[in-house]
Amino acid sequence: MSGVNDPFDPKQVAALAPETLKAAVEQAHEAFAEAADLDQLAAARPAHLGDRSPLLTARREIGALPPAARSEAGKRVNEAQAEIKAAFDARKAELEAARAEQVLATEKVDVSLPWDRIAAGARHPLTTLSERIGDVFVGMGYEIAEGPELETEWFNFDALNFGKDHPARTMQDTFYIAPENSGLVLRTHTSPVQIRSLLDRELPVYVVCPGRTYRTDALDATHTPVFHQVEGLVVDKGITMAHLKGTLDAFARAMFGADSKTRLRPSFFPFTEPSAEVDVWFPQKKGGAGWVEWGGCGMVNPNVLRATGVDPEVYSGFAFGMGLERTLQFRNGIPDMRDMVEGDVRFTLPFGTEF
Amino acid sequence: MRIPVSWLEEHLPLPEETTPEDVAEALIRIGHEVEAVERLSTVTGPLVVGLVVEIEELTEFKKPIRYCRVEVDEDQIQGIVCGARNFVEGDLVVVAMPGAVLPGDFQIAERKTYGKVSQGMICSVKELGLGDDHTGILVLPPGTAMPGDDAKGVLQLDDAVLELAITPDRGYALSVRGLGRDLACAFDLPFGDPVGTDVRPADAPVWPVDVQDEEGCRRFVARRVTGVDTTAPTPFWMRRRLMLAGIRSISLPVDVTNYVMLETGQPLHAFDASKLKGSLVVRRAQEGEKLRTLDDVERTLSTDDMIICDDSGPVSLAGVMGGASTEVGDTSTDILLEAANWEPASIARTARRHKLPSEASRRFERAVDPAVAAAALERAAKLLDEFGDGSIHPGRTDVGNPILPSPVSMPIDMPDRVAGVHYARGVTARRLGQIGCGIEVTTSDDGRTFVIATPPPWRPDLTQPADLVEEVLRLEGYHTIPSELPPAPPGRGLTESQRRRRAASRALAEAGYAEVLPFPFVASSTWDDFGLADDDVRRTTVKVLNPLEADHPELATTLLPNMLDMLRRNVSRGQRDLSLFHIGQVFLPKAEQATVPSVAVAGRPSEEDLGKLEASLPNQPLHAAVVLAGQREQAGWWGKGREASWADAVEAARTVAHAWGVELTVVASDLAPWHPGRCAELRVGGWPVGHAGELHPAVVEKLGLPKRTCAMELDLDLLPLADRRPVPVISPYPPVLLDVALVVDAAVPVADVASALRNGGGELLEDLRLFDVYTGEQLGEGKRSLAYALRFRAPDRTLTVEEATTARDAAIASAGELGATLRA
Repeated sequence: MSGVNDPFDPKQVAALAPETLKAAVEQAHEAFAEAADLDQLAAARPAHLGDRSPLLTARREIGALPPAARSEAGKRVNEAQAEIKAAFDARKAELEAARAEQVLATEKVDVSLPWDRIAAGARHPLTTLSERIGDVFVGMGYEIAEGPELETEWFNFDALNFGKDHPARTMQDTFYIAPENSGLVLRTHTSPVQIRSLLDRELPVYVVCPGRTYRTDALDATHTPVFHQVEGLVVDKGITMAHLKGTLDAFARAMFGADSKTRLRPSFFPFTEPSAEVDVWFPQKKGGAGWVEWGGCGMVNPNVLRATGVDPEVYSGFAFGMGLERTLQFRNGIPDMRDMVEGDVRFTLPFGTEF
Repeated sequence: MRIPVSWLEEHLPLPEETTPEDVAEALIRIGHEVEAVERLSTVTGPLVVGLVVEIEELTEFKKPIRYCRVEVDEDQIQGIVCGARNFVEGDLVVVAMPGAVLPGDFQIAERKTYGKVSQGMICSVKELGLGDDHTGILVLPPGTAMPGDDAKGVLQLDDAVLELAITPDRGYALSVRGLGRDLACAFDLPFGDPVGTDVRPADAPVWPVDVQDEEGCRRFVARRVTGVDTTAPTPFWMRRRLMLAGIRSISLPVDVTNYVMLETGQPLHAFDASKLKGSLVVRRAQEGEKLRTLDDVERTLSTDDMIICDDSGPVSLAGVMGGASTEVGDTSTDILLEAANWEPASIARTARRHKLPSEASRRFERAVDPAVAAAALERAAKLLDEFGDGSIHPGRTDVGNPILPSPVSMPIDMPDRVAGVHYARGVTARRLGQIGCGIEVTTSDDGRTFVIATPPPWRPDLTQPADLVEEVLRLEGYHTIPSELPPAPPGRGLTESQRRRRAASRALAEAGYAEVLPFPFVASSTWDDFGLADDDVRRTTVKVLNPLEADHPELATTLLPNMLDMLRRNVSRGQRDLSLFHIGQVFLPKAEQATVPSVAVAGRPSEEDLGKLEASLPNQPLHAAVVLAGQREQAGWWGKGREASWADAVEAARTVAHAWGVELTVVASDLAPWHPGRCAELRVGGWPVGHAGELHPAVVEKLGLPKRTCAMELDLDLLPLADRRPVPVISPYPPVLLDVALVVDAAVPVADVASALRNGGGELLEDLRLFDVYTGEQLGEGKRSLAYALRFRAPDRTLTVEEATTARDAAIASAGELGATLRA
């Protein structure tokens, strides 16, 4: 190798000749292209970019040139070196990309494999239905009211205008609490919550009361002794039966679609006067759209208002009630109510957490 | 109630083309529930009246068989084989001739049977589709028709029967008279009352009657018919109507009383006057007095029962059922007919007390028109006179003070205001008049118009304006009421507890639990099966007086028994891996159960009374529970499954607590039915709120549950509804992660160690996590190693390793107080 102060040596200066540099670049290109993987590429690097590479050697010779030639020779070397570096980087990127692709290919899995370590659970459709109904009314400005399942006869019957010995009392086959004449029953309907709401809340009252109720019906395809109802109660100034009808129609549409509506038939309940049965137009009815018996309703009997200290001269109201089992039964076409109460998970699981 | 349409239509001019279905629809429209419209089945082919000319008894068969020669037309005799025996030669019967088709596609043809050729069939009531009676063939009373007459006309087979469920407020509708009148209103037609209420006054009482309890007996009318042939046949038209109404024909006097009851709604009773001793006394029974009723049951009476007595003692359970000693029989000729009006509530109690619901009690407890008694009795006496060849005694006893409905005053626009409809002028007065009210319209001093309606005697249910409103609305039709939404005020959404309950329910479902809704009825044997101590509070239950299943009278104090039942049912149906949950209330008697106070309904009860009502109820907290069996994590291509364990049960409680927004602490406990070493008590803020763990193997065995069944139960009412407002501080500085392994006595609960570490670590200890539990020989007997990953971080600076180490050492020192040492 020549020092800066060495005398001129044409042989050494040949390293800076353009042809020499060009050849070095070409050799580097070839060598990098030949590298089949990153390891080979790394191995090829020192020969073309390392301390002993032709370019580094050439660069050291620049000082041996006459000053006028140095600038041009330096430029030539820089260009050649940049080209080799670019060739190296390009090949490296290429090989890295190839390697990444290969790794990903080896990591391929069958994504259709099941992952059911913990099987899915579900809520009972009656719970979901009850919440859904609650949400419909909460959306209309109502609140959800609740009460105990074991009630005094006063709440379940007396305050609801069931006369002590009136046959209406025996119409609802009641579970009585021991001992005889305890004055306690398992509530036969959610209507005692009407009384609780009127006693506890400020007027006006707009509530729905979902809950579990009891009657001594033996379990069969369409009856169960323990069932669920949802009750609605509105007491306000100027409430009319048209408001009742409008509310039921809105409820029906929310539950059964925009084409649904309700129809009222006169009936009797001690706690409403006038009273009506509610039929709902069910567009998805098996065998074609049609009317389905849905529940009972009416204008709150003034005696009920009086028993809770509400002045019937100033306030009026309506109430309605439906069975949830029955609603679920026709809504979902469930032929046998026993499936809803037996707790077989094969019934519950398909409903998931929401429907 | 069953009523033939032809009977109902008898008293109103319905258009010819009105079908039974039209009638049913009209009744439904005005508020009568029609459960069925049964058209009498169509009989095709020849059905004729026949005269039994000769009966030949065939005795060579297993059962007695008759070969009858029946005249079915002039000069036409058919030979018919018949198995029935309730007829004699000379009787008129109904014959289905070969070619006839009876209900149920029963085709009649000439056929050979019992060695004879049978040319047709002699029909029973059931075969003709007229009723259920299949005990013998239908024998028509003499003179009903001529042999060869078309029997379809005689039987009126083109009729239909309505099956109605009359609501309890409309007692009047339990009669042709009442229902017919309503039907007339529905069609806007005039109605002709079949009996009216006026009778010719009689000169003298026919029988001495002393009504001693005028509250229980509001009117008592008696009429006497002597010389009655009680064996005379009931005319066929009457029998037919009774039959279609579902009432069996018994004898002329009984049939007449039943017929008049169906027609007028007034129950009647017939005494054999020759068996009555002395005057009649109407009073309450004395405690323990005995009466043998017509159904031949001796009844012990209570002081609340109204009875009719003669000198011998009780002869009738008033309004419910007559007595056996004075029953009209075949040899009776002297009949005393009674039509009374009883207090409804009293009859309801008596019928219930003696479990004796009768056609009479059903009407009396719904109230009977007090004005119709004498007219109904008159009708019955005349029928007995006419068909039993009797003679009506001129006297009539009629005592008591019938209660007539009081006038009700109502603003005349009230029906409009209640319905939200503008009815045409005059509608209210017209409709109220139509149902029989006396109407007066007045204007008050302030210019408001009122209608004063005096309800007819058969409508004691009309007591307040709302009752009148319903009459107007139902007759005008509910379909005329428009659909409007009321202006509801803004609501406040769900309550705190409602939102949390929903969250808990969803969280459990999302954790893999399936919701079940078991009944709360529990078998008394449950508590022994659960291994509960004798003084365990869960044994103290509320009991149902009339349970559906006699051995399940108790109301659940815990959700577990019935959930475990459901678990077992699922297992028996082939499910193995089960995680069930239920959120429901339980029934916990109070230590001192207050009795239910008697509270009036005339106005809002006093706060004291409301308090007493509340106090008389048992506590009814809401519980959440889970039961688990089989694999909690299933085996699969990822590896082995994992059996459900006590830890899953505890985790379920944490799931609920997390959804609720409260923190649960877990301490070891020992409570039946859990495994004594695998039972966790769950606490919130130091308060026990429930238990979780694996069930006791003995309980599992006893209840036939899968091995290692686990359960959790929480009292949701004990979980605080904390107002949570976390303000998380997110430190931007890096953490220092340090692991420690502590050797500690195995008896020291991990929860305590963690809590000691947390306390010692101070504010810089951001999180700690137990990542390994190890026991092994080198640790020593009864020791275990707990490996924790600790994460330290400061909110305001990058923590140095020295600071973190100091904090870690403090944590270890704190755990050292529990005997924990750093593992070598």
